[in-house]
Amino acid sequence: MSKYARFALALAVGTGLAMGATGPAKAETPKKGGTLSYIVAAEAPSYDLHKESTFAAVHPIRPFYSLLIRVNPENPQSPTDFQCDICVGEVPKPTDGGKTYTFKIKKGVKFHDGQVMTAHDVVATYNKIAFPPEGVASVRKAFFKMLDSVTAPDDETVVFKLKFATGSFLPVLANPMSPIYSAKDLKEHGYDWHEKNVNGTGAFKFKEAVAGSHVDGVKFEDFHMQGKPYLDGFRALISRKMAIRVQAIRGDRAAIEFRGFPPKQRDDLVKALGKDITVQESDWNCVLLYTPNHGRPIMQDPRVRQALTLAVDRWGGSQHLSRIAIVKTVGGVGFPGHPLSATKAELVPLKGYGTDLKAAREEAKKLLAEAGKSDLKFELMNRGTDQPYKIVGTWLIGQWRQIGLEVTQRVEPTKTFYNELRNTKNFDVSLDFNCQSVVNPLVDTSKFIGSAGNNYANMKGQDQQLEEVYEQMLQAPEEAKQRELMRVMEKRALSDQAHMGVTLWWYKINPHRSYVKGWKIAPSHYLNQSLDQVWLDK
Amino acid sequence: MVTVSEIQTEAQFEEVAPKKPWSQVALELCRKQPLGVFGLAIVFVMIIAAILAEVVSPNDPLQEHFDAMLAAPSAEYLLGTDEFGRDILTRLIYGSRTALLVGFVCAIVGATGGLVLGVASAYFGGLFDLILQRILDVFMAFPLIILALAVVATLGPGIENVMIAIILPFIPQCARVVRSNALAIREIPYVDAARALGFSDARIILRHMVPNVMAPYLIMLTTFLGQAILLEASLSFLGLGVQDPTPAWGLMLSNASEFFEGAPWVAVYPGVAISLSVFGFNLFGDSVRDVLDPKMRSR
Amino acid sequence: MGKYILKRLIAMIPTLLGAAVLVFFLLRLAPGDICEVRLLGTGATVAQEQIDICRESLGLDKPQIAQFFDFVWGYFIFDLGTSMWTGQPVTHEIAIRFELSLQLAVMATIVATIIAIPLGIISAVKQNTLIDYFVRGFAIAGIAIPSFWLGLMIILGLLVFSQAWFGEPWMPPIMFKSIWEDPAHNLSQLMWPAVATGYRYSAVAARMTRSAMLEVLREDYVRTARAKGMVEKIVINRHALKNALLPVVTILALEFAFLMGGLVVTEQVFNLNGLGNLMVDGVEHHDFTMTQNLVMLVVIVFVITNLITDLAYAWLDPRIRYS
Repeated sequence: MSKYARFALALAVGTGLAMGATGPAKAETPKKGGTLSYIVAAEAPSYDLHKESTFAAVHPIRPFYSLLIRVNPENPQSPTDFQCDICVGEVPKPTDGGKTYTFKIKKGVKFHDGQVMTAHDVVATYNKIAFPPEGVASVRKAFFKMLDSVTAPDDETVVFKLKFATGSFLPVLANPMSPIYSAKDLKEHGYDWHEKNVNGTGAFKFKEAVAGSHVDGVKFEDFHMQGKPYLDGFRALISRKMAIRVQAIRGDRAAIEFRGFPPKQRDDLVKALGKDITVQESDWNCVLLYTPNHGRPIMQDPRVRQALTLAVDRWGGSQHLSRIAIVKTVGGVGFPGHPLSATKAELVPLKGYGTDLKAAREEAKKLLAEAGKSDLKFELMNRGTDQPYKIVGTWLIGQWRQIGLEVTQRVEPTKTFYNELRNTKNFDVSLDFNCQSVVNPLVDTSKFIGSAGNNYANMKGQDQQLEEVYEQMLQAPEEAKQRELMRVMEKRALSDQAHMGVTLWWYKINPHRSYVKGWKIAPSHYLNQSLDQVWLDK
Repeated sequence: MVTVSEIQTEAQFEEVAPKKPWSQVALELCRKQPLGVFGLAIVFVMIIAAILAEVVSPNDPLQEHFDAMLAAPSAEYLLGTDEFGRDILTRLIYGSRTALLVGFVCAIVGATGGLVLGVASAYFGGLFDLILQRILDVFMAFPLIILALAVVATLGPGIENVMIAIILPFIPQCARVVRSNALAIREIPYVDAARALGFSDARIILRHMVPNVMAPYLIMLTTFLGQAILLEASLSFLGLGVQDPTPAWGLMLSNASEFFEGAPWVAVYPGVAISLSVFGFNLFGDSVRDVLDPKMRSR
Repeated sequence: MGKYILKRLIAMIPTLLGAAVLVFFLLRLAPGDICEVRLLGTGATVAQEQIDICRESLGLDKPQIAQFFDFVWGYFIFDLGTSMWTGQPVTHEIAIRFELSLQLAVMATIVATIIAIPLGIISAVKQNTLIDYFVRGFAIAGIAIPSFWLGLMIILGLLVFSQAWFGEPWMPPIMFKSIWEDPAHNLSQLMWPAVATGYRYSAVAARMTRSAMLEVLREDYVRTARAKGMVEKIVINRHALKNALLPVVTILALEFAFLMGGLVVTEQVFNLNGLGNLMVDGVEHHDFTMTQNLVMLVVIVFVITNLITDLAYAWLDPRIRYS
């Protein structure tokens, strides 16, 4: 028991932001100096965030850059609290019926090489991301399909004109993968230069990087926020093995890891280090799904798909699976913390979300018998990554065993995994996931629609009704209506048709050395990584 | 006929250890090779465990106990439980099946493949030998683990693919050794004599050449047993081997690497099981080598 | 001798070419490539157009034969191309990690030699005694225990015991610093993997020393020396050891070559940024250029080491040259 008491204490010492509470009672005065060492689980392919999609690029590179607007570092849990990074004052309200956004840009913001940033740099950046010249890569181009044009009437003003009004524009602007580049750099060095070079307006200047080992940054003296950053520099250390990442914090080779540890590792660290460890926890805007391949005859019968979801003990999994894997929260199609998402009372009537597990599994067996598939055997395709894919996959197989299904696990290397999902469709049921940065359920829930590019259930054109509900929801003007339609969509996608199964939403746990201050956990490992407000209490 | 077999005996005398009844070999083993007998005992225990897994294990290897996840060793779970609350002792016992399967299939297929290629290469010689040797050279140029890694990275993880990845580098190793032994035999007049008597190639190979390369064949086979288990464990540690929920030692160790900090038993026992079984196979293999061929260099 | 060397050098060409064919097509056997891994990391929607742009920029849209030609041609013009993951030249990526791998290989060799040679000799001289059994058991255990598991146990032990004894948990550094820059940091990081791999290595070498010694001890000239009443120590040192050394050096050389690129698992355990880790990364990222060149370099080192040892044998034993 003492272990848990100590652990509870550590949690209390941590911010408890996950529960929506306010932060530490009293803000301490930040101390200046010191170098923050943190662990990154993988190596970034390049330094160009516009082209990458991995957090391994965000963690070491984001501190070198600024965004136009960003998630408020003091309140990163909020999906709507954005603040100006290089713009002035409050984030502007749209005009022209929600179709025009006008930003005033801070004066005298400097790039690390001394160039002065103007509105034209912002325009060049967003033109590169939203309207790249032919042959230039921009991974998030599709995010900007509402954008009509971006212009700079003068050096201090940027105007975004949209094709249609939408609440999803600001979240897209706050995406951490859209740092501001210099127009001059883009013009002089071309569109690939940022892959290997860094020139930003962020709190830290690039010092050195050793491939496979670390990235070092030093304080940028001309940073555009007065008095910041507090740190003299940072060192992002690469370590591929979870064991090493935990040990590194235990042995104080690093102070923090920003992605997340499973609870077991948190407990071990707290047990070993007591008050030297502070734990921050949060719901996480990533969800693990299992996706039945609608192209396979055995998965075409909705009764079979319902049986699959009925067998899964989500509330129980939330208790025990959450001790070893980075998943925890029971949820529907939307991020559990968001106002648009279902409450527990709304979830329970859905198949597979009931509180009577025994009855649900009996029903599952009955459905299988009706469908004539009582002795169903199939293969679960999974991605060759331990956390949380393989652990959840193994857990799912155990769940399905409870209703008499014999399931084997086929683990594929990442490229084969994607290739099977996207192109060959050669699987019975696959583990699948959706992981986004800024919480934006209206856009994120497109995952469940057959026509979406990232829907791998092979169900294109099979459920027109679902498509229509989604379209209505997107265009619904007020939140109440959106919320109502999201419930309709949820019921159809997860219960009536059981097209896909939500297992559990991820749960982010960041145990770190207690001397790390000023960093607050966000609902995504992509967010709040500018590090300008972080300081060390040593 | 008589002459041929006489020559054969003589030839054997020259090249390999004299033929003895198996019972005598076994006796000699016990007397002269205490280490080998010890190794054999370990292997024997492992085989018994694998055969009687259902009887001797205290638990169901797939049964998850969510109330006892990562439980420390206790009276209920003698060696503790893993992250899903599955009994480690039970999974170790069932895991010996996977280890033996991988060990024996890889060793037998690898060594036999090598035997066939080696003897054929030596017997037919000429262009066939030349081309085959060049191909074997290519495979021999890779460190074992690198070739296995490349193969399994392509085929994807899974027990069949891991076995293919292990067998592939084994074949050329054995073929090389068998060939050099077979070449020596081929030079001996009795093969020519057999040919002169009009025996078919198949008969000469099977009746005269193969029995004479049994010693190097068996030596390679026993060496492969331990190596295969070790390679499987390495590949599984990288997440490329057998997959959950199948019980397998390398997989257990791989899963353990996330949890062993707070629950050392999840990593200690599978490691001990791997080490002990490979130790047993290697002790045994060493002694087989000593008995069959005292001259052959042991590596 | 010159003719023999030339013959052996020419024989290397088909081997290397075959290895290149094997590794190149093996990597591309399964469909899919690095672009999907890179762009779909978050599970977001990515237009096929973006994937095509990525493929084009990496040259993956070219016919495989053309890619293969580029790969092989690179060895003639000393340009191994760029990593598909980082965009840096392959040679640059390797150069960064070379020092660590080399130093670790050297340290492990030292550990192995110090342990292996004395043990091997004692074991051979005292054949079939208790000492011999003990040494053989030690050696076989060294081959049986997976190095990476030993590594895990070492780190666990360090953390647990340092906390128990000194109050603060200690683990080896996880970032490499050159021995010239910070020797204490460097050695405190590398000594543990050197021990973990050195044990296996010493086991292999001790067995070779023992059998080589046994063989030499049976030779006529050693018997003659003994019969002449020479002191045992002199017999062993002057006659037996000298002649037994060649196979031992051979095995040390081959193991050394292996350590340079083959520590794919142990480097993971100690978070070493060496060539083995680079290989695992390359395989995981489906970084074809990186993986194929790295494998080829390991193969080349392996083949050349083999060649050198063969030449040494041939030089010492002229019979080999003419067989």
